[in-house]
Amino acid sequence: MQRFINNPDEVVEDTVKGFVKAHADMVRLGNGNPRVIVARHAPVAGKVGVITGGGSGHEPAFIGYTGRNMLDAVAVGELFSSPTAKSFLDAAREANGGNGVVCLYGNYAGDNMNVKMAIKLAAKEGITIATVVANDDVCSAGPDEREKRRGVAGEIFMWKCAGAKAEQGASIEEVQATAQRAIDNCRSIGIGLGPCTLPAVGHPNFQIAPGTMEVGIGHHGEPGVRVEPLKPAAEVAREMARIVLDDHGLASGTEVAIIVSGLGATPLNELYILHDTIETEITGRGLKIYKTYIGNYFTSLEMVGATLTVMALDDELKTLLDVDVHCPAMP
Amino acid sequence: MQQFDNASSGDIVFSLADRIIENRAYLSEIDGKIGDGDHGVNMAKGFGMAAERIKGADMSLAEALDTLGTVLMTEIGGSMGPLYGVMFIQFAETIEKAVQIDAGMFSAMLHNGLEGIQAIGSAKVGDKTLLDTLVPAIEAFDLANSDGKSFAESLNILVSAAEAGRDSTRDLVARIGRASRLGERSLGVLDAGATSCALILQSLALGVEAKLRPSA
Repeated sequence: MQRFINNPDEVVEDTVKGFVKAHADMVRLGNGNPRVIVARHAPVAGKVGVITGGGSGHEPAFIGYTGRNMLDAVAVGELFSSPTAKSFLDAAREANGGNGVVCLYGNYAGDNMNVKMAIKLAAKEGITIATVVANDDVCSAGPDEREKRRGVAGEIFMWKCAGAKAEQGASIEEVQATAQRAIDNCRSIGIGLGPCTLPAVGHPNFQIAPGTMEVGIGHHGEPGVRVEPLKPAAEVAREMARIVLDDHGLASGTEVAIIVSGLGATPLNELYILHDTIETEITGRGLKIYKTYIGNYFTSLEMVGATLTVMALDDELKTLLDVDVHCPAMP
Repeated sequence: MQQFDNASSGDIVFSLADRIIENRAYLSEIDGKIGDGDHGVNMAKGFGMAAERIKGADMSLAEALDTLGTVLMTEIGGSMGPLYGVMFIQFAETIEKAVQIDAGMFSAMLHNGLEGIQAIGSAKVGDKTLLDTLVPAIEAFDLANSDGKSFAESLNILVSAAEAGRDSTRDLVARIGRASRLGERSLGVLDAGATSCALILQSLALGVEAKLRPSA
């Protein structure tokens, strides 16, 4: 495959450089740490800082969600690999307005370990870091083991609600509780049609055979629950909605927000094709769609595929979702 | 009794880093089968950065281990950054003040490294991780040592146990980390962390063995 790359080992460095140049009105590099992106306005004295971090290769996640009413700082990892404990710590330092920081991240072994170490290091400096771990990916573990599930695109709703809440002057406990409620209300699923390649590796590290699809795939290609023959979009969309909504078990009349995100190599038109049926399925169950996001919100290099996230709303989450944000990924 | 000088033994770590860099493609290939294929890439990046700093410097083994551990911990990230980072830093702290290192101190060093890993991770032997290499290797070393084997002989036994431990991961189902999502599909493949850990222990043992001399 042909790529726009200078040096396969410096993809992240070069991405960050271009990103900061493009969005200099909203973000800046961390002081002394080029693996931290900070919102221009941060830190705000007295405001609880909201941060995240994760491997690169998911652009616009995670860096694109840095900005006003969203994330104050983001720790940047290697492609598909957790940021260092030091980068999480530096992100917390940049975001801390004196009232602590909430770190919202996905449920991956490396992130868990690096955040754990960052919390210890931050405590020595008098910075409190509260955490919420996302676990919205339905197919990564059964309903009785929800704490084992991966965090995927539902993280965006968690960041959005927590970021807006923090902006209102909420305490660290309140921001943490809001983020927890937001992610508890999210369910996601991914369908993979084609693999991705880490530039420094040079070949796909997993395969999806032509004519098949991986149901429940993770956004690093972690296998799903089953491999099936590829079906027409309407059938795939029905299956996505069914898996998410069956797990969710929402009462008729519940309002929801949804994200249909491409994984990097699926054109927008195909996402709309999927959405046509997804919308019918969701409203067919008596649910009301309050807000819809369609686009490449949380990708996986050039993986072919799509994810669906459904978030159940209450009055407060609706209000928080409506707060305008000023960040590169959500204009 | 055999021992070696801590001073000027930093080249052991330089060779160890070289060995990891040599195996960059191999480690990523193994990782790619049940993980995301970046293990070799990330390991080589971190060990390469450390090697640059150790090269030509007259470091003690403790200083070189600390350099390597700090690079992994602060600049690499992922799962391997903190796990191997904490291991090498704990290795360094154990032998920091030692002039001579004998088998007893070497064992204490290995144990402290293991404890560091266990403090941040939650894996156990049998979960298909680097612990499947590290734990039996340390046990075998201790046993050989208490049986009265020489330091050199005990190191050879450590290497064999590390290799056997690495190979044991082929028949294990991953219970932790990214590969655990595969369940039974992780069978039949070596664990990348267990494989890199065997390389580290082999290289460390070889480096130490070459420096051993009888105590005065």
